[in-house]
Amino acid sequence: MGLSRRDFLKVAAGGSLVAASSFSPAPLLARESKARLPEAVGILYDATVCIGCKACMAACKEYNHLPPDHSTPGSVWDNPLDLSAKTYNIVKLYKNGTGQTKDQAINGYSFIRRFCMHCVDPACVSACPVSALTKDSTTGVVKYDKGACIGCRYCQIACPYNVPKFQWDQAFPQIKKCQLCDHRIAQGGYSACCEFCPNGASIFGNVQDLRKEARRRLALKPGEVAHYPLHRVDSQDVRHRIVTPYLNHIFGEREGGGTQVLMLANVPFQDLGLPPLPDESAASQSETLMHSLYKGMIAPYVLLGGLFYLVYKNTTKQDLP
Amino acid sequence: MVEESQPLGGKIVTKPFLVLAALAAVGVVLMLYRYLYGLGAVTNLSDGYPWGIWITYDVLVGTALGCGGYAMALLVYIFNRWEYHPLVRSAVLTSVFGYTLAGVAIFLDIGRYWNGYHLFLPWYVNFNSVLVEVALCIAAYVGILWLELAPTVLEGHQDNPKAQRARQRLERWLPVIVALGILLPTMHQSSLGTLMIIAGYKLSPLWQTPLLPLLFLISAITMGFAITVFESILSSLAFKRPFETPMIAKVGGVMVWLIGVYLVIRLADLLLRGAPVFSSGFLSSMFILENLLYVVPLVLLASPAYRANLRSLFVASSSLLLAGSLYRFNAFLVGYSAGPGWTYFPALPEILITLSIVALELMGYLYFVKRYPVLPKAEHV
Amino acid sequence: MPKCKNSQTLPSHFGLVSRRDFLKFCGVAAAAMGLPLSMGAKIAEAVAALKRPPVIWLSGQECTGCTETLLRSTHPTVESLILDLISLDYHEALSTPSGHLAEEAKKKAIAANKGKFILVVEGAIPMKDNGIYCQIGGRTMLDILKETAPLAMGIVAIGSCASWGGIPSSGPNPTGAVGAAEALGGKFKVINIPGCPPNPYNFLSTVLYILTFKKLPDLDNQGRPRFAYRRLIHEGCERRPHFDAGRFALEYDDEGHRRGWCLYKLGCKGPETYNNCPAILFGNVGARSWPVGTGCPCFGCSEKGVGFTAPIAAQASLVHFSTTGTPFKGEERVGGGRLCLTPPQTFPPIHPPEGHGPSAATVGVLSGLTGVALGAGAITATKLGKKETESDDKAGKE
Repeated sequence: MGLSRRDFLKVAAGGSLVAASSFSPAPLLARESKARLPEAVGILYDATVCIGCKACMAACKEYNHLPPDHSTPGSVWDNPLDLSAKTYNIVKLYKNGTGQTKDQAINGYSFIRRFCMHCVDPACVSACPVSALTKDSTTGVVKYDKGACIGCRYCQIACPYNVPKFQWDQAFPQIKKCQLCDHRIAQGGYSACCEFCPNGASIFGNVQDLRKEARRRLALKPGEVAHYPLHRVDSQDVRHRIVTPYLNHIFGEREGGGTQVLMLANVPFQDLGLPPLPDESAASQSETLMHSLYKGMIAPYVLLGGLFYLVYKNTTKQDLP
Repeated sequence: MVEESQPLGGKIVTKPFLVLAALAAVGVVLMLYRYLYGLGAVTNLSDGYPWGIWITYDVLVGTALGCGGYAMALLVYIFNRWEYHPLVRSAVLTSVFGYTLAGVAIFLDIGRYWNGYHLFLPWYVNFNSVLVEVALCIAAYVGILWLELAPTVLEGHQDNPKAQRARQRLERWLPVIVALGILLPTMHQSSLGTLMIIAGYKLSPLWQTPLLPLLFLISAITMGFAITVFESILSSLAFKRPFETPMIAKVGGVMVWLIGVYLVIRLADLLLRGAPVFSSGFLSSMFILENLLYVVPLVLLASPAYRANLRSLFVASSSLLLAGSLYRFNAFLVGYSAGPGWTYFPALPEILITLSIVALELMGYLYFVKRYPVLPKAEHV
Repeated sequence: MPKCKNSQTLPSHFGLVSRRDFLKFCGVAAAAMGLPLSMGAKIAEAVAALKRPPVIWLSGQECTGCTETLLRSTHPTVESLILDLISLDYHEALSTPSGHLAEEAKKKAIAANKGKFILVVEGAIPMKDNGIYCQIGGRTMLDILKETAPLAMGIVAIGSCASWGGIPSSGPNPTGAVGAAEALGGKFKVINIPGCPPNPYNFLSTVLYILTFKKLPDLDNQGRPRFAYRRLIHEGCERRPHFDAGRFALEYDDEGHRRGWCLYKLGCKGPETYNNCPAILFGNVGARSWPVGTGCPCFGCSEKGVGFTAPIAAQASLVHFSTTGTPFKGEERVGGGRLCLTPPQTFPPIHPPEGHGPSAATVGVLSGLTGVALGAGAITATKLGKKETESDDKAGKE
């Protein structure tokens, strides 16, 4: 059997409209990764300063009214294994070999704090079908609105850091994630984790200032004494300590289009569970594809017109056996 | 229009029907449990695997199996091959059940189902979301499918003049309905693939590609043809009717072409991206199995002589259905990983609910073919 | 009660102490030294066999707090024990005689017990201006020490002042105060029992160890018996779970302080101070009878470079804890100084195992279903083969 050449060409013309943009290397409707907001706030986490005291975890639970999370039988301690609907923030331990030296990849250990990175171009916001996840236009905080959410969990698929968490044990569940204590920011405060961090491992502030501070730390010489601000990047409350070596990389400066949470460490970030991401955001890739196909619904309407014409012609002029 | 179909007649409540009803009942009880105690109570879903078999099987595979109506409409109305027209109705019927129950499965799966209507309120909808496109398209297509099926149902009420008038009115709108019935699946079957683009590194490079929408679309159409052949053979066997061999043999020929195109695109894409085809361990095995299942029909239906053989048609279409299903499972579950620590395997209640949905589907099919003119008249074959 | 072969040979009373209480004390001392309980009996025998070993107790720049702590050990009445057990031939605060009589007694005792007595030093020794800032009977402490040390069987420095200078040595150190070991120019092995005051059991156990085993206990690089100073206070602290859970008192008398949370943020030096305070407590009055237990952050009294040196509110920082248990040789303090810790075991790993794998029932049901499906498929395929021939036959007939 075979199709007539004419038929084939007609259909191919319509079909290629759909397929064309996914083939073309540089689609016309490419959507760039979004730019940083000037007023955006974030957190700088420095793993070389972190002592693993978990004060940030305790403060986070208290100020977000989260219940304890039990990963061991007995339900005595709050000992989460990972982020969950009950834990927005967690300190994890990287350990290698004998695990003797802090902030060393071989035979060493390092702490790493995991929480929402507040991406500049968040995949979850792009993915959410009902705008339950939104990015604040001033602070850049990625917020969740349970009133809009339908619980489809596409945000969980989309997030490269596996941050949004779902209440699996609830009949009326919600998505739960760090919102940078925006309820405290609204009252003139700032993130509880930074306010309660005793050592200045996590500091809160304007992302531009945080980037400057991160670059300053990378420029420090190991062994010399340097000051580290506590709680806030612009704080007068500083602490002096001997600088330990840094990996020359600010995680979150470019990863996945950039994040408002920046991280410093001396162990490769991939070993600390932070994925290697391309500079362009997953949201921009997905939306480029979507917009190329569906911008203004032009392609679908054209295709519909073509299909209608063919069906109409074929049904009216049909030559039934 | 020439009457080319007729109801099968006979008893509806038979032994197989009762078995299916029992399966469905078990599922309904479990569904109730899910609504009372949350998703965690009946499923093995977790934050690392937020989508399990309900999405992968019920929605992805379910709708792809429901692409029979779409594939046949494409062949008949667009490529003007009216000789296949007798197969359209039964294909549309399978599509109706495949899609309707996928819609039901979505409402089982989403956590905050009472907010589900937000998808249709413009001030909530985020038009950047691939899922919006998928959800709206599937919802619209379910409606279109029922409209496509409506003439069949109305035809079943020959002695009701109102029904006949409605049928005539509907048939005037047929070109629009059919055109939409082709456009919508084209849109959402491809978008189902686009869904995973945003998962980025979490989906293995064996499946993660910008061509996901195209591959999903083509494989959905091949599955549509395969399910038509499969269903035709099985219904002939089950209802002891003559086989539609020449017609489905030709459909087999169309399938071969499509599989060829699909495999060329799939392999070229892998080569261009330099994906680790053989060095990904378990994922490689799954990848090879998936594509071997695509090669089986290609070999079995290569020559017209083989295509006339019912057994090779049956094995080829089964293999193709398995291949398409495995592709979807691989791209959404097997090849997906939120991190090295995560594991997922469906829980028993999760599987039982899926089975009950399949049982409901089969019950609906049995009811409709016996009550309404769906299957082709014997003399047409 | 420790078993003792020769317990019948022990006298029924040691002065005011009953035999029963004495054995109990020996058991406690053995436990404090980390020895098996049966060692208590051995200690008792050793002590009973001795004829009151003579002790010369020299006092330098001190507050008598170390003597007081010894006297306050009440279970059993240790002051009676040491007074009856040892022959305290010279002690400026406790001697009945005074002035020339006391000095006379000292001279006699030293002459009679040359090489047999234990020299205990309490208080720092000023070195500046030839040590003129501390004189006893017209002679400098430095002179007295240098004269007495060579004649002693062993030297024990009790308290932080005698160990490394303590309070008198803290900046600007106007008298040039140093510890006993340094004053003697490092020529003699000195056992340091630092603390302000030290725990009396640490001192008594050390003395009993020497008497029992006729050798010095295992010492660390700062001359401290390892049985008492092997571990960080932070390691044994009853508030440690609060540290691990991140619950800190932020101010005195705040919510966290009242609830007994970790005092790290108030400047607790427990994480950098080696001592056994949380394990053996003070004064035999039960739980929480030690500084951190009462809500006062440890200020590191027994640690050179921490106590009387680091600001009380300064926070400690973390450095890896060496596997041998001995602290590193002192580095210059910066800010909070160094905090020594093993990497905690109570942290989640980077990729913990999560999610749900297959259960046996699920696998069983699924493989059953797969079997049925495959079987049905195979039967269908076979049937189709038959039908094929039938329809061919029919076609042939037609």
